[in-house]
Amino acid sequence: MRAYTPKENVQKKAYYTDRYWVAPQVAKFDVESDAVFSEDLKAIKDAKITVLEAFIQVDQMVVYIKPEDNVATLELLRDECGYTQLSELSAIDWISKRGGFEVFYQMLSMTKRKRLRIKCFIDEKQPIESVQSLFRSADWAEREMYDMFGVIINNHPFMKRILMPDDWEGHPLRKTYPLQGDEFAAWYEVDKIFGKEARDIIGPEIRDTARVDRYDTERFARLGHEVPKGAEFNPDQEKTPLAYQEDDGVFLIEGFEEDKSQIIRDRKR
Amino acid sequence: MQNTNRLRPFFENITFDRDDNELVLNFGPQHPSAHGQLRLMLHLQQEQIVKAHPDIGYLHRGMEKMAENMIYNEFMPTTDRMDYIASSSNNYGFALAVEKLIGLEVPRRAKVIRMMLLELNRLMSHIFWLATTALDVGAMTVFLYAFREREYIMDIIEDYCGARLTHAAIRIGGVPLDIQDNFIYDLKVFLDKLPENMKDYEDLLDTNRIWLMRMENVGIIPTEMALSWGCTGPMLRASGVEWDIRKEEPYELYDEVEFNIPVSDKGDNYARYKIYMAEMRESAKILYQCIDMYAETQKNNQTELMAHAPQYISAPKLDIMTQNYSLMQHFVLVTQGMRPPVGEVYIPTESPKGELGYFINSQGGPYPYRLKLRAPSFWHTGVLTDLLPGHYIPDVVSIIGTTNIVFGEIDR
Repeated sequence: MRAYTPKENVQKKAYYTDRYWVAPQVAKFDVESDAVFSEDLKAIKDAKITVLEAFIQVDQMVVYIKPEDNVATLELLRDECGYTQLSELSAIDWISKRGGFEVFYQMLSMTKRKRLRIKCFIDEKQPIESVQSLFRSADWAEREMYDMFGVIINNHPFMKRILMPDDWEGHPLRKTYPLQGDEFAAWYEVDKIFGKEARDIIGPEIRDTARVDRYDTERFARLGHEVPKGAEFNPDQEKTPLAYQEDDGVFLIEGFEEDKSQIIRDRKR
Repeated sequence: MQNTNRLRPFFENITFDRDDNELVLNFGPQHPSAHGQLRLMLHLQQEQIVKAHPDIGYLHRGMEKMAENMIYNEFMPTTDRMDYIASSSNNYGFALAVEKLIGLEVPRRAKVIRMMLLELNRLMSHIFWLATTALDVGAMTVFLYAFREREYIMDIIEDYCGARLTHAAIRIGGVPLDIQDNFIYDLKVFLDKLPENMKDYEDLLDTNRIWLMRMENVGIIPTEMALSWGCTGPMLRASGVEWDIRKEEPYELYDEVEFNIPVSDKGDNYARYKIYMAEMRESAKILYQCIDMYAETQKNNQTELMAHAPQYISAPKLDIMTQNYSLMQHFVLVTQGMRPPVGEVYIPTESPKGELGYFINSQGGPYPYRLKLRAPSFWHTGVLTDLLPGHYIPDVVSIIGTTNIVFGEIDR
């Protein structure tokens, strides 16, 4: 019987783990320790927005809110608190551990020179409201979030995949999606270009870029066993001489003669 | 739909829509002036664009996915492939983010060398921008001149790290090498010549009728649009917002050097051109100061190049070769990778194109749990959706040119 491998997270795992090792934490500070951030947090709380958790980490405030409050919070931050730019918006896949995604909104205030991050947690199939009416930058960011994670976004004007092809199956940044791509990915281009009937002739696409087939004469040449491109490689074949052209070796490889070459010490600028 | 017959062949790039007289033009993804694999679907009324849909993803390599499957040091050369016109700035952004996550302080000499590399990369990127944009607009001479100067910068960087395009010249915790003996000399020769070269470009362009016609009052990005679309860097500064991360949230030694932030309130192509030119002069100014700072570290005998943090950073090569414990640490760090603390950072840096941010979520493992690359060009392409309508087809080329987009970092 084949050994069972967990499928919920197929990303690379640490090869060696010490069971007694406790990972250190990046220090979290109280929001009260920063005058500007505590004011912003107060403004959020005053607007009757539920703050689940708030702290300062690496000079930036992180605020956890409920997913249904995302538009109201961002609008408040933009209009009242001066956070005029949404630098980044994306998700973190927590499906295997917590059954959903953590969506974060990275905000920047140029007048206060402060950055803060609004975070909320949604279930795997739970939709989240689009914020592109507040920040146009969310238009593309939300498309990317849908494309990469399959997060469902409500009221987006042009919801379509952005990086992957429109007819792609699966969401590549999920932890369940293997690095080399899945079954669908292996046949995608073959089906698209040559048609399904050519599958047997062509075979699945090799999506492991590090793979080297030493008998492949299409893409690799072997020093000492020069074979025409695409020809069958025969291990019993006579070795190609590895000498210079002058010594009856490989044509076009000339020996280096120092007295005939010129060395430039300082380039003319 | 097209009615094709022998006399009217199928036009694969054009869709005729007779009902509202609107024509859909497919621009790219192999268009030479699209600066990479950009596909634009333009809805046209006569020659005027009424709707634009930039389509990206033709260079998508899944770097964020790769990052989740690599140890931190392994990912460094991958960052080169984002903005491949100025790769050290990508290396630097990643190194800084991991350093902040760990809480490392980099030695002073390493900081000076990093700043030199960053500013050289900025110059290289801006010169490349000038060359390609001028070529798109039709100024072949500027292209050839500018590529000549870019070559000298690439030579200097090649002397330092051995690579011309994908440098991987910065490590987490510092820099791997000290600059070589002739670096300062070469740099000075280049910098002394730079004003002369820039005067050549400006003489060719500033009063050039064609250049002015295609640049002035074309592609105006209002401040509102720039902020809303997340534009950063020269794109934002040309639209009247004085915001440079080097100045406002200084990293490395940018708070010790003197330089100005060029700003314009016009927001058009010409304003962006002027800002790129002014930024090149400011970069040269910073580089001169870096040369002095480097001499100072030599005087004070500050020779350290890598931070000392045995848990995360390998010891210097000499220690590894002579001390058993350093060798063991190094072995563990290379085979298993460092394990930063559990936490999250978002670290922005001012890359030549704008705000380059790295968001890292670490769960204490040797691989990042989530890494998000915030590349400026992504948003500078997005803004074309709102910017292009109202413009004419020839403007598209000059607008794409001045947005200075690089597809390595848009698609990542």
